[in-house]
Amino acid sequence: MEEIKEILKRYPDRRGALLPTLYIMQREYGWLSQEALQAAADALNLPPATVKGVATFYAMYRHKPMGRHLIQLCTNVACMIMGAERLVDLLKERYGLEPGGTTEDGRFSLVIMECIGACDRAPAMLVDTDFHADLNEQNLFEILEQYK
Amino acid sequence: MEIFLLKNIDNPESHRIQVYQQTGGYEQLKKALSMKPEDIIQEVKNSGLRGRGGAGFPTGMKWDFASRDPKLPKYLVCNADEGEPGTFKDRPILEKNPHLLIEGMVISAYALKAERGYIYLRGEYPHAKVVLEEAIREAYESGFLGQDILGSGFSFDLSVHQGAGAYICGEETALIDSLEGRRGQPRIKPPFPVNVGAWGMPTVVNNVETLSNLPLIIKIGAEEYKKIGNPECPGPKLYCVSGMVERPGVYELPMGTTLKEIIYEHCGGIKGGGQLKAVIPGGISTPVLTPDKIDVQMDFVSLPKVGSMLGSGAVMVFDESVCLVRVCWRAIRFFEHESCGKCTPCREGVGWMRTVLERIESGFGRKGDIELLQDIASNITGKTFCPLGDGAAGVVLNFIRNFPEEFDYHIQNKKCMVEA
Ligand SMILES: Cc1cc2nc3c(=O)[nH]c(=O)nc-3n(C[C@H](O)[C@H](O)[C@H](O)COP(=O)(O)O)c2cc1C
Ligand code: SF4
Ligand code: FES
Repeated sequence: MEEIKEILKRYPDRRGALLPTLYIMQREYGWLSQEALQAAADALNLPPATVKGVATFYAMYRHKPMGRHLIQLCTNVACMIMGAERLVDLLKERYGLEPGGTTEDGRFSLVIMECIGACDRAPAMLVDTDFHADLNEQNLFEILEQYK
Repeated sequence: MEIFLLKNIDNPESHRIQVYQQTGGYEQLKKALSMKPEDIIQEVKNSGLRGRGGAGFPTGMKWDFASRDPKLPKYLVCNADEGEPGTFKDRPILEKNPHLLIEGMVISAYALKAERGYIYLRGEYPHAKVVLEEAIREAYESGFLGQDILGSGFSFDLSVHQGAGAYICGEETALIDSLEGRRGQPRIKPPFPVNVGAWGMPTVVNNVETLSNLPLIIKIGAEEYKKIGNPECPGPKLYCVSGMVERPGVYELPMGTTLKEIIYEHCGGIKGGGQLKAVIPGGISTPVLTPDKIDVQMDFVSLPKVGSMLGSGAVMVFDESVCLVRVCWRAIRFFEHESCGKCTPCREGVGWMRTVLERIESGFGRKGDIELLQDIASNITGKTFCPLGDGAAGVVLNFIRNFPEEFDYHIQNKKCMVEA
């Protein structure tokens, strides 16, 4: 809660701290469960409905449990023309992993991204907060094998 | 032209304050603090600097509006949302030259008499967040941020506000809502943020690259600055090039460098010696151009003359191997995903266009589908709350106008021209 106190200092009112607080709760709870949303509402003294309304607007807040590692793969135009869709197919073939889904062993979740600002090195993805670019059918799995 | 915005970035330590200061960093802040705020605003007006976030609005004029509003406090917000597909020009500044941005922001804040600033950073740039927060810490430690900066009596606090994956939050009024902890939906204008912005106070929103030009303007003065690039909209410009070229990447060049020079000289031409088929000059929302147009100068005044826009300076190059119907479909899928849902023509119309494009692309197109797309698009144009809806409609209309044969081929032959 010290962390939230620090964040509150940056904004003229409590609501300003809502987005960063949701990130903190997502980190602590793994996803924005009912409990996590309630904790955010309590910390900032905001109505739970307000908190939920904001949380559901943004694509990077998670509303269901996630695997241990989150693959965020871009398929926007620059990545698409460099073969990103083939990589999506391969993830399904190799790990049974579908966009929006999680592998059975809970190791990976996959989210399809719009442009992640790496179009010069397409296709690109984030794994958790690590950035990987110039992906192809081989190095994709070499990279993912490092995430246990 | 001497490199300014991307200076030092080959140095692995370029993000550190020592490296920045060793090459003259924060000297311009000292100079600026000895000037009168109104003189800085005048200098920015004289420089002809136009905003690099997409719309090209004259920065000095925006600052003038904000500084005339007597309400206090004032806010300075850096737009680091960089969400326009194809755009990655702000990223090297954020990750490798963060002190240039911070110095630019402190100078701007001093000119505007803003005591609080935020960098609204897209959630998709976690590394930039780490770098920026460390750079801000360094700047506080060295007395370039915080109370009574360098003994000038001026105080300025700055922090990073991380977005959470919504393209629409790049639009300045939606960005302000998101900063305030709300759903990021565009507000009606007027009032403009310069009068009624964050928490109801006068707020200046500027792009990363725009603010990073400030140290240069202070350093060389408006007269010299105007000599860089096209005098009608001068300055250095970051062009980010992706797609089918030999050397994609970010290039700092004088504003108004031709598209041809960018593609064929700086980027080494089309990948594998292929044929250029189409190019988007300023990010996915800007009208696609045919190869006969590439002699155009890449700036705010020249591109409109050939029917497009500079946008974010994101050049996307397509050769003969790329199916443009598929590119168009993917672009519209993006807009559908990012529509904030506030107005019906955008919320419903963009999804409908995606459905029709999808069926054309997958070989189930029907006679009349092209006319249908044009009809839907013209019913969106001019009827939406913010430019996102117009942008989506424009993408469809321009792809069809410039490459009708690809759409016709798809519908008639139930397959792609490229694979054929
Ligand atoms: C849908 C939409 C998305 C936008 N995205 C961005 C963005 O990611 N970054 C940005 O700087 N400006 C973006 N803009 C432009 C901003 O609204 C605003 O004009 C800009 O931040 C002003 O800064 P400037 O004058 O320095 O260009 C966007 C505009 C619209 C309509
Ligand atoms: S045009 Fe689209 S994105 Fe813009 S306000 Fe309307 S629904 Fe939202
Ligand atoms: S399109 Fe994938 S990173 Fe830009």
